[in-house]
Amino acid sequence: MIVPRKLTAAVFVALLALTGSSVGAAYLDLGVFNTILALAIAGVKASLVALYFMHLRYSSKLVWLFAGGSFFWLGILLALTLNDYLTR
Amino acid sequence: MKHYLNAGYSVGSWLLTRDHKRIAILYLLSVTFFFFIGGAFATLVRLELMTPAGDLVISETYNKLFTMHGVAMIFFFLIPAIPTVIGNFLVPLMIGARDLAFPRLNLASWYLFTAAGLLALGSIIFGGVDTGWTFYTPYSTTYANTHVFLMAAAIFVAGFSSILTGLNFVVTIHKMRAPGLTWSRLPLFIWSTYATALLFVIATPVIGITLALIAIERLLSVGIFDPALGGDPLLFQHLFWFYSHPAVYIMVLPALGVVSELVATFSRKRIFGYGFVAGSSLAIAILGFLVWGHHMFVSGQSMYAGMIFSILSFLVAIPSSIKVLNWTATLYRGSISLRTPMLYAIGFMGLFTIGGLTGLFLATLGIDVHVTDTYFVVAHFHYIMVGGTVMAYMGALHYWWPKMTGRSYPEAWGKLSALIIFIGFNLTFFPQFILGYLGMPRRYHAYPEEFQVLNVLSTAGASILGVGYIFPMFYFIGSLFARKKIGDNPWGATGLEWRTSSPPPEDNFRETPVVTEEAYDFAKAEEPELP
Amino acid sequence: MTERGHAPQFDDLEQQHEAATLGMWVFLMTEVLFFGGLFLGYIVYRLAHERAFAQASSHLDVALGGINTAVLITSSFTMALAVHAAQTERRRRLFVFLLATMALGCVFLAVKGLEYAHKFREGLVPGPRFTHEPEQQIFFSLYFVMTGTHAVHMIIGVGVMIGLMALALRRSHAAAVENAGLYWHFVDIVWIFLFPLFYLVGRHR
Repeated sequence: MIVPRKLTAAVFVALLALTGSSVGAAYLDLGVFNTILALAIAGVKASLVALYFMHLRYSSKLVWLFAGGSFFWLGILLALTLNDYLTR
Repeated sequence: MKHYLNAGYSVGSWLLTRDHKRIAILYLLSVTFFFFIGGAFATLVRLELMTPAGDLVISETYNKLFTMHGVAMIFFFLIPAIPTVIGNFLVPLMIGARDLAFPRLNLASWYLFTAAGLLALGSIIFGGVDTGWTFYTPYSTTYANTHVFLMAAAIFVAGFSSILTGLNFVVTIHKMRAPGLTWSRLPLFIWSTYATALLFVIATPVIGITLALIAIERLLSVGIFDPALGGDPLLFQHLFWFYSHPAVYIMVLPALGVVSELVATFSRKRIFGYGFVAGSSLAIAILGFLVWGHHMFVSGQSMYAGMIFSILSFLVAIPSSIKVLNWTATLYRGSISLRTPMLYAIGFMGLFTIGGLTGLFLATLGIDVHVTDTYFVVAHFHYIMVGGTVMAYMGALHYWWPKMTGRSYPEAWGKLSALIIFIGFNLTFFPQFILGYLGMPRRYHAYPEEFQVLNVLSTAGASILGVGYIFPMFYFIGSLFARKKIGDNPWGATGLEWRTSSPPPEDNFRETPVVTEEAYDFAKAEEPELP
Repeated sequence: MTERGHAPQFDDLEQQHEAATLGMWVFLMTEVLFFGGLFLGYIVYRLAHERAFAQASSHLDVALGGINTAVLITSSFTMALAVHAAQTERRRRLFVFLLATMALGCVFLAVKGLEYAHKFREGLVPGPRFTHEPEQQIFFSLYFVMTGTHAVHMIIGVGVMIGLMALALRRSHAAAVENAGLYWHFVDIVWIFLFPLFYLVGRHR
């Protein structure tokens, strides 16, 4: 799949803007939302890179399955470990 | 006739081969070597435990013996054995492909494995490791003054080899199946190898980073587990068992696949409940990731986490027992022939069941607290790893030996060895259940006198077991020089690997096979050449 | 293998291409779990040492970290353009974009090296020479291990770029460039998470 260069450029600009807003938001006092916002912005950036730079949006279901699967198992690792640490 | 074995005789034609069948043979030599290394350490352990006093070796040496027995057997034999030898040989043949998707990567996996093996040997020769195969911190990072760094590096590199093999299998099974070979027509060995390959790919990187952290902590003392720097050793245990529990399924899933093939062929019946047997492999692969905390019941994890892990552990019993039930139902009214591979398969079913059921004891929080770190645990996992994996591996070697070499092994010797192994195995490990239940702790070189009778029985069993393993090595090698060749499908089995000649040609099939029927359709199968 | 030919184990070029792409994604799955172990460590220790993390983070240079983030995102952009050039078989352009990607990767590593040197001088390396509040050590252990692992991946990526540039002189090999791109973008994604988790903790205080 060939992604048009204009779209690639738009994603690039969005990524830079999100980086700037992430730094800016870090200096506002939002309580616990500082971390949540920082991770949310990082998540959006990562999704943009995966969907458009890595062509995930145009990929087969099988590729989606493996891309999703890695986060499924990462989730198991994090959830079951924290299940111990948060209940000590 | 040209086939993969006589396609070239130079050393280079082997060491630079890209043929999955030759790479399987290279792996066969490597893992057999480590099986005997691990066996040698086991022999010394059993010799020491003949008498209650620690009189053969001092405790420090004993610590090294059981550590290196564990490392050699687990990382260099049990994990790679069936996938890299039997799987490498069979995956392309069973799915009607000319080779794996990435043949050069496959060869690279073997070289990585060899490099890892050399590092491990180096660690052993320079004086060994005494941390136990589990490398628990802070002992492994701060206090042990043995060759932990080298051994951690060895396992890291071996992990790379596992990952590349798993990746190769996953892609091959997805993309290179012969026309007509849908997922619901795949042999069950392919299903279980696929599940194993997923485990390789998902679990192995976690042990990679964990051991890398151990190595970094030892080398640069910048580590994240050191309690003195604010680290938590329990985090190591979580990461370690996130890999090492699924690793048990890496060892046993391919074995389950082998047994499914053997049971079908030697009952001449389609496996009972094919869909359930296939699905249970994937279920084991997924559930296997949810239970690692049962290794940490007494380590100080929260009681709540312990309960969750205990409940989840029971779930693994469901797909495992589906397999055993379905094999038994396949045997029912089958036309059973008790050839050597089938003896191993039946032995597997019994031993795997004992190993699995005692696993349920250990999954029960209350009982586990009583038997943690006793010989009960040692007996349990040997029933799974040796009674399960090694039995299936031996069965697989006998079953596919005619395909790999075009020669048959001597049946009488085969049956005798299988019997010796079964008896020796039970005599070695059944007393250990009792010892553990009575409270004998593992990993000590001395013990109270009342445990001696059972320990002597166990050592006697181990020597019988050793004899049982040495016989096949001789008759397999001997069979290579036999003049008598064997037909392409001596067992009258189904499956694409039996449709090509023995040994198979370099590109596996003279023309791409087309699959039109379900797996294990014995109504259409040839009659066995060997009754 | 000729430019249009396929390896003997495959039926056609399409099957080969699909296998290569799937293989790369399966490899990235292992990478997610590889870094996942480290992120787990980060979460566990941050929950245990919330205050020390916030204080320790203020020793990091947001300007340098931010510049590096921009550098890496730009390199991902040039990598995406290199993939485009390879797919449309424009070899000169492919070479230029690979060179740009590699150069930006080197800039990133150089800035990282500068930062490491600062930390060494300021006594922020965990262990006996650590001159700050002891509870902050675990933050810097994680910082060095995680950014170090990321940097190793960057160095491998730079090596891959050099290999592809050599290849681009002879032919445009779209499948190889695409797979290298997947790897490069993945390493970028790891940094996208590392940046806020290390540099932006507790800045508002």
